[in-house]
Amino acid sequence: MSKYRKKSGSGTPEVSTASLPDIVFMLLFFFMTVTVMKDDVLQVANELPNATEIKKLEKKDRLITIYIGEPSEKWKDMVGSEPKIQVGDKFIEVHEVGAYVLGKIEEKLEHIRPFVTVVLKVDRKASMGLVSDVKEELRKVNALKINYITYEGDGFLNLKN
Amino acid sequence: MGRRAGAPEVNAGSMADIAFLLLIFFLVTTTIETDAGLDRMLPPIEPPDDEVVIKQKNIFQVSINKSNQLLADEELTDLKNLRAKAIAFLDNNGDNTCTYCKGAKDPESSDNPDKAIISLKNDRETKYSTYITVQNELVGAYNDLRNREALRLYKRTYVDLEAEYLNPETDADTKEGLKEKVLTIKKLYPQKLSEAETTSN
Repeated sequence: MSKYRKKSGSGTPEVSTASLPDIVFMLLFFFMTVTVMKDDVLQVANELPNATEIKKLEKKDRLITIYIGEPSEKWKDMVGSEPKIQVGDKFIEVHEVGAYVLGKIEEKLEHIRPFVTVVLKVDRKASMGLVSDVKEELRKVNALKINYITYEGDGFLNLKN
Repeated sequence: MGRRAGAPEVNAGSMADIAFLLLIFFLVTTTIETDAGLDRMLPPIEPPDDEVVIKQKNIFQVSINKSNQLLADEELTDLKNLRAKAIAFLDNNGDNTCTYCKGAKDPESSDNPDKAIISLKNDRETKYSTYITVQNELVGAYNDLRNREALRLYKRTYVDLEAEYLNPETDADTKEGLKEKVLTIKKLYPQKLSEAETTSN
């Protein structure tokens, strides 16, 4: 008899939380798999301009990223405040860009080498001089596919400030 | 006594807490974003073998000076009017060979979209943001025209067609069909945007 009395106890029955860990683990694995840790630590200012006619870059293995902008506060004392080129975790000079890009292309699998795109992340305040120099270097090593990374937004907002 | 004979169970009640902790860590560090930007092709460094003579009226010269002012076709132009001007130039159809164009047929402007070239020149001190805005407007001019034709032929915008074509999740059969459409539209308005070398002063 006592068995039955327990079951029909007063109050609403508690919801079982036994499956909570399973649900949480499921979410956890999802986020663990989609997480991409940033591989480059930005050492330059990198506020990108806006544009509307943009295309998404889907295949990440084909990209070589070059950052251009003013060195951030931490680096200003060491390298000055003139806009600099950053690749990976270091600053390089204009004449080294070609060699760097060729080296990176060399690391890629052979069948994707012709499709490598050089991605330029340039700070909106930078002037075109340095960008043109980089473009010239890229032409010299025949890395002609480039992409100016931008945010999606009204292009005319760029003209302010 | 019989019940206590087995190994004692480990309390798994805090497992959820640990999992939550990890979950929150990954939630915070995750950035699910794909970069997007303006695709451009640089001109090869070796000059073309045969010197092609291009008529002056087929070139739409856009230059940006160091104080970020815009000169389009030898006129000081506001950036907001650049797209309309570029469209008018590309769509002009001066020699009346382009059947789908809706331009003014001005004999002083471009012959047909196939011959029309937009040339972009900038100063070393031009600001990058201005340069991108100009690039955006010029690519936008091409896209507007391509969208118009794609809507006429396939009832969808060109941007939409191309996005689906480039999407890796699209299956191969659909892709084949889309490829043909994208190439057809591209041929109607080929993107001839040349970037001249930068001038200093």
